[in-house]
Formats: sequence, structure tokens, C-alpha cells
Amino acid sequence: MITATNLSKVYGGTKVLNIEHLDIPEGESFGLVGNNGAGKTTFFSLLLDLIQPTAGNIFNHEITVSQSEDWKPFTASFIDESFLIGYLTPEEYFYFVGELRGANKADIDSFLTSFEDFFHGEILGRKKYLRDLSKGNQKKVGIVAALIGNPKVVILDEPFANLDPTTQIRLKKIIKELTENREVTVLISSHDLIHVTEVCERIVVLDKGEVVKDIKTSEATLSELERYFSGEVEVTQAEELS
Amino acid sequence: MFQRFLWLEWKFFFRSASLGKNIGLKIFLIFLALYFSVAFLALGIGLYPLLQETFPNQDPLQMVNRFVLLWLVFELGFRFMIQTLPVLDIKPLLNLPISRRKAVNFVLLKSMYSFFNFLPLFIIIPFGIFCINKGDYGTWNIIGWMIAMIATTQCVNFLNFLIKKKFTDNLKALIPAILAVVILGTLEYFKVFEISFWFGKMMNFLVLNPYLAVLPIVMLIILYKWNQLNLESKFYLDAGLKEKQKDADTKNFEWTKKFGVLAPFLQLDLKLIWRNKRPKTTIYMSLLLLGYGLFIYPGDMYGHPAMYVFVGVFMTGIFMINFGQFVPSWDASYYPMIMAQNIPLKDYLSSKAMLISSSVIVLAILSTPYIYFGWDILLINMVAALYNIGVNVPILLYSGSFNKKRIDLDKSPFMNYQGTGAAQWIVGIPLMFLPVLIFWLLNFFINFEAGLIALSGLGLLGLLLRASLMKYIAGVYQKRKYAMINGFKQTGE
Repeated sequence: MITATNLSKVYGGTKVLNIEHLDIPEGESFGLVGNNGAGKTTFFSLLLDLIQPTAGNIFNHEITVSQSEDWKPFTASFIDESFLIGYLTPEEYFYFVGELRGANKADIDSFLTSFEDFFHGEILGRKKYLRDLSKGNQKKVGIVAALIGNPKVVILDEPFANLDPTTQIRLKKIIKELTENREVTVLISSHDLIHVTEVCERIVVLDKGEVVKDIKTSEATLSELERYFSGEVEVTQAEELS
Repeated sequence: MFQRFLWLEWKFFFRSASLGKNIGLKIFLIFLALYFSVAFLALGIGLYPLLQETFPNQDPLQMVNRFVLLWLVFELGFRFMIQTLPVLDIKPLLNLPISRRKAVNFVLLKSMYSFFNFLPLFIIIPFGIFCINKGDYGTWNIIGWMIAMIATTQCVNFLNFLIKKKFTDNLKALIPAILAVVILGTLEYFKVFEISFWFGKMMNFLVLNPYLAVLPIVMLIILYKWNQLNLESKFYLDAGLKEKQKDADTKNFEWTKKFGVLAPFLQLDLKLIWRNKRPKTTIYMSLLLLGYGLFIYPGDMYGHPAMYVFVGVFMTGIFMINFGQFVPSWDASYYPMIMAQNIPLKDYLSSKAMLISSSVIVLAILSTPYIYFGWDILLINMVAALYNIGVNVPILLYSGSFNKKRIDLDKSPFMNYQGTGAAQWIVGIPLMFLPVLIFWLLNFFINFEAGLIALSGLGLLGLLLRASLMKYIAGVYQKRKYAMINGFKQTGE
């Protein structure tokens, strides 16, 4: 259960995030969409205590994230390349994360076998450092590392970007399996409306830091979202014309 | 087109993320530049009268000519280590309608205005004027000499870039050249074949026939062209990308397992040091500087025991200082991960403290042969090591909480001030001089033993309080966390 109350973040006088109240129940697959600058990454960074809220709080399983480090053992995330250690090989990186999350080498090895498909032979046993991998392959490593050690909360920022189509499809499968038992809360953000409607049971649309839509995903969600985003374009165009 | 390049440079400089924050460093560099300019100018003005006075029977110009070669070799070596080819970020230019030659010319011409090329002028010009006024050479002869010298300086400039471009990836290929220099140097030293004498003769010949100044100019043009062609051939995106992919080193440092919870961090730090250029160099530096005692102990001029304390703190703590002052900037590129992962800050810092303390112990052990210079020295070094571990390690880690500058691990450490801020300069004072001061006072007012006992006592006290000190420091890091994450994100010099 993740709760944000009166949460706001201000940069140089501009409010980039302002959420009055948001509850994400345990086991939910939660999708965050919005145009650039909507506040998606800001929200995730606040949730991971990488930036300080200007006001308000986020609670992760009743723990105030900016007050205590106790949420770290059950929360895993991949935001961007700054979550990867460039001078390690993928295996070493997985082992390192594993040790931080109480999984030994053998655990990790058996864990990784289930991702052989996902890696498509491009990650393991290549004797390459992470910094020498392509962007897409780096992303695969980051995503899989975020699943190590049975976390209760998984946060992925734009997991579909930079991935090839095959991997996108496999990733969708992985996320669906993850939330099947309703034990793991998955938070993802995406610019791809099709993907996000497919894997998330709830979608929140942010615009300039505000929650403008909170939808329980159904058949109609995709078209609703498409209408919203294209409508927004029309509105701004109309504004420019007038 | 050149104006546009200059405009880009201007913007790059004034819009770089760290301008302003780095002002202290800039002032320091400007001060250094001024200092060297004045020193060289003084030498340039004083050289002629000085030589005339010291060696009244010899012609100053001929004496100077004998040293020209030595100077050039020295200058080349110096430039190789310090001067870097001015860079123009070519990536955004590649798909724009700009001819390759223009961009390359811009880079090369810009390098001609490097400070290193101006320094010799401070000697060449005043000395030349003296020669014209006081010596019995014709004006044209000396002007020819001056032109030849200036052209030679520029030749060194371009030669340096050629060497850098061609050999930095493959330093082994330079061995024959270095060997040749060493052999010639040895022959010179034992007066078998004095190349500097022949080179001096050549320069003298040039003075008599000033039109020969054309030769260095021709050489300069050739070197320029060579550089130009070399750079043009590399003016592709993949020239930088297709570096040889070496197989990753998979040494795992399994023995760190003994350290329990700290093991993963220790492993990570060891890999960090082992696999990245800049931290790796700190190891070589530490071993090299272990020889510092050889310069101090034999001489009587620094014979005060307080000086020995300084040397002891320095030698056993050199890795501590070089590595420790940039904690946690070493981890800058993945600091958000360190903060979001399941890593208690205290463990993270304890592993750093452990690593640094071990380095002090290793260096202290390696310094034991200095017992040759007396028991006192050994004792002082051991006490200094204890003090380093007990007091200086926590001080360094504490000062690390003020670090918020990123370090790119792959850049060469020579003249690399990335990650250097005010904290690095300030922390040096308590680190090195506090123990010296404490020792000096006690040695002065009581005796030698009292000084050592005080230092070891402080070291032990620091060790006893280590746990609570680390807790306090972790709290400080926690508070500064957001500023650090934000600071480490800023790339650019």
C-alpha cells in the first residue's frame, strides 16, 4: 500500500507535482501516463526518496520514505542508467543486487534462468561491462535486477522505451505474471498507451503535476486515453490560433 | 565559420554546469599561470647577464644553444603528461554542412594559442633582445634564431598531439622512442657521444646563417599537415566508438567474504579501483610516493622530527588522501541506485573506512624498510599510520559529505580537477598539519615520546569511537543526500 498525501514538489517557483491524495493498494498494477514534464519521474523519485518533497509525504507500507530507510528492503526500482554500475558485468551486477537483497549466487543463477528468453542471449556470458552494452540491453539488465529478491513494490520508469518489439512483448508477459498473485505492487510509467493499458489495471494521467484522470482499466480505456491526449493537442492548437 | 566555432566555445565555457562553483580552482590555475609567466620572464631577462657573469669566457648564446635539446625533450615529456588537445565536440557537427578540414583546422589553430606555447616566448624574446644589444651577433642573425626557436616550440606542440593521438591507446609502442632517449641521455652523461653538443653546434650554425630558420618552419608545416590528415581520418563517429572491446575482467575478490555484511561493498570498491583508469592510478601514485622518504631521511636539512611526522602521515596516508577525498564521488554515476537500493548508509561508509584503513596498514608495512634510517623513523611512521586510521579516516569521510561533484571514472587523472571543490583543499589542512602541529608542540614543550604518545592516543581514541563516529557521519550523509544526488547528475567539467 502506497499513499501520497498533499504531496507537492516545487522547482524555482513552478509546481511540477501536486497530488492531493493518491492510494495505491497492495498488489495493484499501476500505470502512470502523461506528456513530458507531467511529473511522472518526479513522482517516482519522491517515492524512492531521491528528491525531497516541498510539502506532504509519501508512505510506503506505512513508512514515511523521507524519514526512515525501512522501505528499502522490499522496494526495488529501475529509473535510468544511473541505477547501473558501469564497470560490472551483468552477472556481477545481478550478484551484487542479490547480496543486497539476501539472495546468494545460486539463487540468482536459478532466478536468471527464467529470463533467458528475455535476455535473448545478449546479456549473460558475454564478458562485457554494463557500460559497453547498448541502451536496450542495459535496460533489460536494470529491469531484471529490479525483480531480484521478491520485492513487494517494483517501480519501473518507462520500461518499454528503447526495447525492441520482441522484448516489449516479453516484458509485458513478465509484468503480468508478477502481478498475478496480487502480492507485488508494480508501478510503471509509459508513453506507450497500448502497452500501459495492456499491463495495468489502473491508469493515472498526470498533466503539469496534477492528477487529471484516474481510470480503472477496461476495454474502453485505450480509446479514452487516446481521445484525451489527442484532445489536448487540439485544445493547445486552438489556443495558439486564437 | 571560425567565428561560429568560437561562439560555440564561448557558450560552452560560460554555460558549463560548474562555472562559478569552480571559481576557486580557476583562480588557483590563473595564479599558477601568472607565477610561471613571471618566473619565465625573470629567467628570460636574467639569463644573459647571469651567464655572462658566471662564465665570462663563454658566449651566452652558445651555452643556451647547448641546452636547447634538453629543454625540448623535457618540454615534450611535460606536455605529454599535462597538455591535452583542445576538443571540439564533433558529434553535433557531423551531420551539419561543415567541411571536415575547417573543423580540424580550428582545433589545431586553437592549440597554437595554448599557454604552453607562450611560456617559452618569455625566455626567447628577452634573451634574444639581450643578444642583439650586448652580443656581437647581427640583428638578423638573432631574429632568425628567435623565429627558429618559436617554430620549434610549435613543432613540439604538434608533435605532442601526434604522439598522444597515435600512442595513448598503445603506450607500449612508445618504448623504442623512450629507449632511444634514455640511451642518448646515458651516452651524454658519460660523455661518450654528446648529442646536445652537436645540436648546439647546429643551432650555432643557424645563428650564422639565419635564413636556415626556414627549416623549423618547414618542419612545423609538415607536422601540422600530418596532424591535420590524422585528425581528418578520425572525424567519424565510430572512430571513438570502435575501441577495442577487451574481455571483461572477472576477478571477483572472493576473499572479501570474510567481512560479512561489508563484503559486497568491499568487492564493489575493489572492482571500482581495479577496472577504472582514474582510481587505478591512485594505487600507482601511492606506491610511487612511498619513495618520498628517500628524499627526506638522508638529508639533514629537514632533520626536525616534526618533518618526519609529516612524511609519515603523508606516506602511509597517500592512498587515503587520494581515494578518500573523493568519497562518495567515485560512485557518482550510480549514486541514485546506491540510495534507492537496500543499502544502509552506515554499511556503505563502513566499507569505505575499512578499505582506506587497510590501505594505510599496507602502506605502513611497505614503509618498514625505512628502519634503515633509524628506529625513530619506523616508530614515527607506525604512529602516523595509527593516527591516520583513527583520526584522519573519519575526518575524510566527514568531509566527503560535502562532495557533490561528479567524477568520470575513465578520465585520466593528470591535471584532472574533476570532482575537486573547496572541500578537497580545506580538508588537507587538518589532515596533514594537525598531527604535525600536535607533535611539534609536545616535542617542544615536553619531549619526543610525549608527542608520539599523544598522536597514538588520538589514533586509538578515534578507533574506539569509530562506531559512533560512523553513525554520526552516516547521519550527515543522509542529510546531504539530495544535494549529492542532484550534484552528481551534473555532467560537464
